[in-house]
Amino acid sequence: MTLTQGQIGTAEEAPARGRVGPYRSGALREPSRAPVLVGGDPEAVELYGPVFGVTEVTPLDADLTRQHVGDPHGERITVSGRVVDRFGRPVAGQLVEIWQANASGRYAHRRDQHAAPLDPHFTGAGRCLTDAEGRYAFTTIKPGAYPWGNHENAWRPAHIHFSLFGRAFTQRLVTQMYFPGDPLLAYDPILHTVTDQAARDRLVAAYDPELSVRNWSLGYHWDIVLDGPAATPADPEVTA
Amino acid sequence: MPEPVAFDPTPSQTVGPFYGYALPFPGGGEIAPTGHPGAITIHGYVYDGHGEPVPDALLEFWQAAPDGSLAGGAGSWRRDAASGGFLGRDGIGFTGFGRVGTGADGHWSVRTLPPPPAAPYLAVCLFARGLSRHLFTRAYVEGLGGEGELKGLAGERGETMLARRESGAGAREGLFRFDIHLQGEKETVFLDFG
Repeated sequence: MTLTQGQIGTAEEAPARGRVGPYRSGALREPSRAPVLVGGDPEAVELYGPVFGVTEVTPLDADLTRQHVGDPHGERITVSGRVVDRFGRPVAGQLVEIWQANASGRYAHRRDQHAAPLDPHFTGAGRCLTDAEGRYAFTTIKPGAYPWGNHENAWRPAHIHFSLFGRAFTQRLVTQMYFPGDPLLAYDPILHTVTDQAARDRLVAAYDPELSVRNWSLGYHWDIVLDGPAATPADPEVTA
Repeated sequence: MPEPVAFDPTPSQTVGPFYGYALPFPGGGEIAPTGHPGAITIHGYVYDGHGEPVPDALLEFWQAAPDGSLAGGAGSWRRDAASGGFLGRDGIGFTGFGRVGTGADGHWSVRTLPPPPAAPYLAVCLFARGLSRHLFTRAYVEGLGGEGELKGLAGERGETMLARRESGAGAREGLFRFDIHLQGEKETVFLDFG
């Protein structure tokens, strides 16, 4: 059977939390009960969060094409954007981690046995700290699509996994960035766990010629907005 | 104050099965300074709705320092500029942050300092393939006075957030047990911070 766009969740049939849609791996994992709302405790530990610094990141960590002795295969790209909170205030000095498949659609993970070549010059993991404006930037390779077992002929669209920390643990976010114009976006049950089209669109980067590096890499722009409360508002000065 | 303009949040997506070469780091569960005499160990299993262990969950921990500080500190890992590898923690500081994956048997453990009585719990954030969004819960350390608070949060089910003194195999002073049930009759209480 071939899934069509109309068969994947739409806003009208949005699954409530705990109900599993077309992404089958959650069937025995998504909790069946609603989470308990915690409010009114300004001392909640989660309104604060871990901090990271110069010890955790080397400058080379943000360039995934220079982690081995040779150049990796594939289309070299630059991915950059800003991390902000719901008010648009920059999340400065925080950790951004990424991981991804190589240009052939294979992860450097022993359990990924997709019949595509590993690249000895590409691992696919990187990290950086956001600057004072909340900006991050990575140089990497455009990842390939790959098949997976969710349904007959299921292929994941090209994507980069992102892990983000805000000022508070409540703002923690792990997500995936997709590429514009990918025909697989219409068929992907993981992207479609987000049931609202406008929200799905926020996971798709934009091609940005301003970020392309001459004779070197294609540029993609992707901004990230962290949800969730924090105990202390950001210094208003930095939003000026 | 800045204008309260609401930007729409970036949606969460599953961590997937292949984060293992990117997110875990050596010493991720060694939150306590090396050889600290007051350290406690918390361990447990993660189970799915059929009671089977979850072998590919990632857990993160964040807590107040014993003196109550929530400032945290850098140094949960140190990168080796020479090799591009990891040097681990410096063994002295307390960052308040830990990250461990479950093993093939669903087991995990962290060694840390007891949280203060004012906030007698470890905040826990769980990621796994199949979860579209991470889950928050808390591990209240038995004997630090948090029993009333977890009942206030979730009544009798609040007990699922209690890290109890280990009474089974390997029981010893300072060893606590905290199992997480993602689904089903014993389902752990998960938290929403709005």
